[in-house]
Amino acid sequence: MQTKMQAESRLLNWGSAAALLLLFAVSLSVGVADFSWRNLFAMPDEWQLLLTSRLPRTFAIVLTGASMAVAGMILQILMKNRFIEPSMVGATQSASLGLLLMALLFPAATLMVKMSVAAAAALAGMLVFMLLIRRLPPTAQLMVPLVGIIFGSIIESAAVFVAYETETLQLLSVWHLGDFSGVLLGRYELLWLAGLLALAAYLIADRLTILGLGETVSINLGLNRQTILWAGLVIVALITSLVVVTVGSIPFIGLVVPNIVSRLVGDKLRQSLPAVALLGAVLVLSCDIIGRLIRYPFEIPVATVFGVLGTVLFLALLMKRSGHAV
Amino acid sequence: MPSEKRNLLLAALLLAAASALFMTLNARGMWDFVLPLRAAKLLAILLVAYAIGVSTLLFQTLTHNPILTPSLLGFDTLYVFLQTLLVLVLGGIGYVQLNPAWKFSGEMLVMLGGSMLLFQVLLRQGGRDLARMILIGVIFGIFFRSITGLLQRLMDPEAFAVAQAFSYASFNSFNRQLLWPALLVVLASMPLLWRERHRLDVHLLGRDQAVNLGIAYQRHTLWLLAWVAVLVATATALVGPFGYPVSFFGLLVCALANHFAGTLRHNVRLPMVFLVAALLLVGGQTLFEHVLGMQAVLSVVVEFAGGLVFLYLILRKKQT
Repeated sequence: MQTKMQAESRLLNWGSAAALLLLFAVSLSVGVADFSWRNLFAMPDEWQLLLTSRLPRTFAIVLTGASMAVAGMILQILMKNRFIEPSMVGATQSASLGLLLMALLFPAATLMVKMSVAAAAALAGMLVFMLLIRRLPPTAQLMVPLVGIIFGSIIESAAVFVAYETETLQLLSVWHLGDFSGVLLGRYELLWLAGLLALAAYLIADRLTILGLGETVSINLGLNRQTILWAGLVIVALITSLVVVTVGSIPFIGLVVPNIVSRLVGDKLRQSLPAVALLGAVLVLSCDIIGRLIRYPFEIPVATVFGVLGTVLFLALLMKRSGHAV
Repeated sequence: MPSEKRNLLLAALLLAAASALFMTLNARGMWDFVLPLRAAKLLAILLVAYAIGVSTLLFQTLTHNPILTPSLLGFDTLYVFLQTLLVLVLGGIGYVQLNPAWKFSGEMLVMLGGSMLLFQVLLRQGGRDLARMILIGVIFGIFFRSITGLLQRLMDPEAFAVAQAFSYASFNSFNRQLLWPALLVVLASMPLLWRERHRLDVHLLGRDQAVNLGIAYQRHTLWLLAWVAVLVATATALVGPFGYPVSFFGLLVCALANHFAGTLRHNVRLPMVFLVAALLLVGGQTLFEHVLGMQAVLSVVVEFAGGLVFLYLILRKKQT
């Protein structure tokens, strides 16, 4: 059994990695400006285009997809629920509310300060959410995402109210609708931090897995439960706010990718996190390429494309489950 | 009974006062201009209040559940999706040139079919598991929104402007051409639904009891569900869909109406939901527009409060 799963996981990893490489090359060659690989070394303009626009954009997409998927996986393990992700526990909405308030109250603050405030807001949002769902019985698995969606929309309407009164709705919509078309060299580098955080999650993967087994087991195995829980939550909050501040939120990645992967290779994080990251990057990258091509030469934001794909996948997951006894 | 009657009367008086304020406040003597404009707007608000309030109450009675609403299950976004599809097929100009009355009737029919289908899917998938049913409904709502957004991005600017107009709720830019058809639908529904008030009380007793007491359960459910679909379509056609991803206006109204009605009888609750919904919208619109000087934030505030009510209803229930 174990070996079969390991073999499957290896297959999934190599398959996703190959798909990612292929899509990476496609993403570099697709866009409005003329570009051809043959002229790359002959024409300095093409080199310039690759370095300042195409390459940063593709890196940004890969980093966003991978880190959001990892954040979703961690959250699902920490809260022991398969149907949640950062935008369904109030984290994304709190982060953009925090960013909005910082932009209004302290417009002079540096990006790092704003980002930290957003991360703190995301963390606070998740903590309030965890307090809320404590009142639900542990059997009410599907009630948790429902409460999460409502909780998120309450925070969002508070943000919309503030934005409406201060005429900053446009600012808010940038954070709400993830879009990579504005990504250029020098405007996306914060996302590398998100990638590093996803890597950090991989380093504590085993401990997170044990935490997911429940309180008794983790105490029995000598795990410092509180520290790991906080570490996980902080990683999720930071990744979420980094993505929101640089490209805007893309809902459902963190939800569908971990579900697909854990169906194939199980929930042992050390084994599944690489697949989660790779598959997240592959899905977002393909959606972005679709968004660039479907109405060429205009672009459709990746959040819009992924909104359709993500909800379809989520509905499929929900409906498939009903066949079982769960 | 007297206290119930008193509450109804009180709500009606408050609504009359709010309407009077709505019509006259800040008019600055320009009566010829102000009165017709505001009368049309007031009528639109009252129609929407009736449509959303009554459809939500009917739906809650049908499903025996005080936290379900048609909007929660994606009915209003389904309507917007169907309309966007129509614009995409016909183009912006073709869509605008359609006879509004015929278009409205055709959309009603499609909406009837569509919402029956959606309801069937939800019932089959959800069954007795309420949380799954609502969650699937909410995700359907988000799916319809997303695909509407995607379709709108694929349109040419002209069609986009047409489609954009019905994608957001606003009482300031409601669809004037549909005022009379909507009024017709609402007036037609009144006697038909009022006749059902006692049967609705019986329906509330649950399937077995209702069948026992001589209700043709299946047919009755379908008949009421059809009205729910028609009323949701009417409200959405007139002003566009309320909040995102789901609207809590109906939920808020029904929770308040149940509280003030003090009884589960539909002869009190049916008028009460209308009065409460209208009072919220007319009063809120007056307050925000003329007193506080804020524009169009009413829906945001209503959604905020409605969301809190929803969380309260879910989390309170689990305490016991």
